[in-house]
Amino acid sequence: MSSSVDELTRPGVGGGLTEVFRTRFLLHLLVRKELKVRYRGSVLGLMWSYVKPGMQFLVFYIALGVFLGLENSPRNPDGLPNYAIYLFSGIVLINFFSEALGNASRSIVNNGGLIKKIYLPRELFPVASVWVSAVHFFPQLVILLAACLFAGWQPSALQLAAAAGGFVVVALLATGLGLLFGAINVYFRDSENFVDMLLMVATWASPVMYAWTMVVDKLGQFWFGVYQLNPITVGVELFHFAFWVPTTDGSFELPENLMSVWLPYALLVSAAVLLLGQITFRRLEGRFAQEL
Amino acid sequence: MTTAIEVKNINKQFVLRHTRSIKEAIVWLLKGRKGDLSEKFHALHNVSLEVGAGEAVALLGLNGSGKSTLLKHISGVLVPDDGSVRTRGRVAGLIEVGAGFHPDLSGRDNVYLNGAILGMSEADIDERFASIIEFAEIEKFIDTEVKFYSSGMYLRLAFSVAVHTDPEVFLVDEILAVGDEPFQRKCIEKIQQLAAEGKTLVVVSHDLDLVSTICDRGVLLEHGNITFDGPISEGIAKLRGHV
Repeated sequence: MSSSVDELTRPGVGGGLTEVFRTRFLLHLLVRKELKVRYRGSVLGLMWSYVKPGMQFLVFYIALGVFLGLENSPRNPDGLPNYAIYLFSGIVLINFFSEALGNASRSIVNNGGLIKKIYLPRELFPVASVWVSAVHFFPQLVILLAACLFAGWQPSALQLAAAAGGFVVVALLATGLGLLFGAINVYFRDSENFVDMLLMVATWASPVMYAWTMVVDKLGQFWFGVYQLNPITVGVELFHFAFWVPTTDGSFELPENLMSVWLPYALLVSAAVLLLGQITFRRLEGRFAQEL
Repeated sequence: MTTAIEVKNINKQFVLRHTRSIKEAIVWLLKGRKGDLSEKFHALHNVSLEVGAGEAVALLGLNGSGKSTLLKHISGVLVPDDGSVRTRGRVAGLIEVGAGFHPDLSGRDNVYLNGAILGMSEADIDERFASIIEFAEIEKFIDTEVKFYSSGMYLRLAFSVAVHTDPEVFLVDEILAVGDEPFQRKCIEKIQQLAAEGKTLVVVSHDLDLVSTICDRGVLLEHGNITFDGPISEGIAKLRGHV
């Protein structure tokens, strides 16, 4: 930062997300702080990041897989094979999205004490929230991989690329929406409630619990096309392609052109949302300190 | 002398009361948008100020005169409605020390976190860590969570981190009342030493005797206007004359 000594600069005018990259040491410390503070004073500590999704998975598996008959079994030949893996691969991604967006939307207001007193690139807070969620996503991914390997998972390179693609789509989308709603939340606290509602819808608006074919059967091709426009839906399907399909005999078809059309499309939408979030954030951040 | 801080014709208005209910907003729209939905408060009126590198300037004034608001514009926390603020080099604030502290982290973690918030790099903090601890006099407790610190220890550590950031421009807001008397004297000595080293200082404090020992220039603010700018002794006399 000493390179600017010879010129006058305007304080408080940041470079947006590029500034976050420049202050990545601080980002790293903020993420570490969140991780340390999250489960302070609890006996299980980080184990909660395993226990909670584990319980969630169990509840959905029993209610949907067993009671509502989504699981394939000798008595229920129409169900999905390896439904447990189908369900869990979607849940981990949705959990990542929910936690990332939920916390990013609150991050600016929650760090108001600091923002009011010291200037620092404020994009750090939503980005740190998404990062922390990614750290919590990791152990769930490990469990998923263990289950997959147990079920004879042998993915191709393309399928591994699909997993990475799905994660990037959701991470970019969560960051973009997090910047957008985090900034609006400073002015209208309705924003965080709206996000909660959005997250509830997001869980069911993608084929996490059920199969995409059910949507086509009920709504027809046109409305399925609309359904498919949601980048999270694409992300979930990419995860199914990466983790679930290799454990089955491959008789269940995923939507067409998933890798060739839908992945690039979803990446583009997420990048556009990120840009929109950044632009909105920069327009609103000038008055953060006085509105908080 | 090179300019360290240049404030040009800045204005700042604060909105005092927001209408956040949809009902009120609709009534206001139906009435043909009569009146203001919110009250405004003019915190700074056309303020201009130039501070040269190495100067030690005190912002004087009664409560609510706009001193802290001006300081926040210089640090970049607030952005003016119009006019411009420009600074040279890194600006760091001793503004409410400890703002970046987290009670559940150890003293060590807080030194790193707060140091990074104030703009230090990892290498800077590693290098100055021993000196920070020594200045704060809390060697024994550095790995204890900050929530178990006494308020004096807390402030000492926070102050110590802040004075070790080594910026070109130092903003000091009403924090000289830290700790017991010996530590307070140490803090003042440290600030005087910074001034002697040619750092630019902008100080806000109601302790006028103290301010006059550190600063040589006083800027008097009244209701968001600069009414005096000159030698510190005259500024203080003028302020005292009003009380």
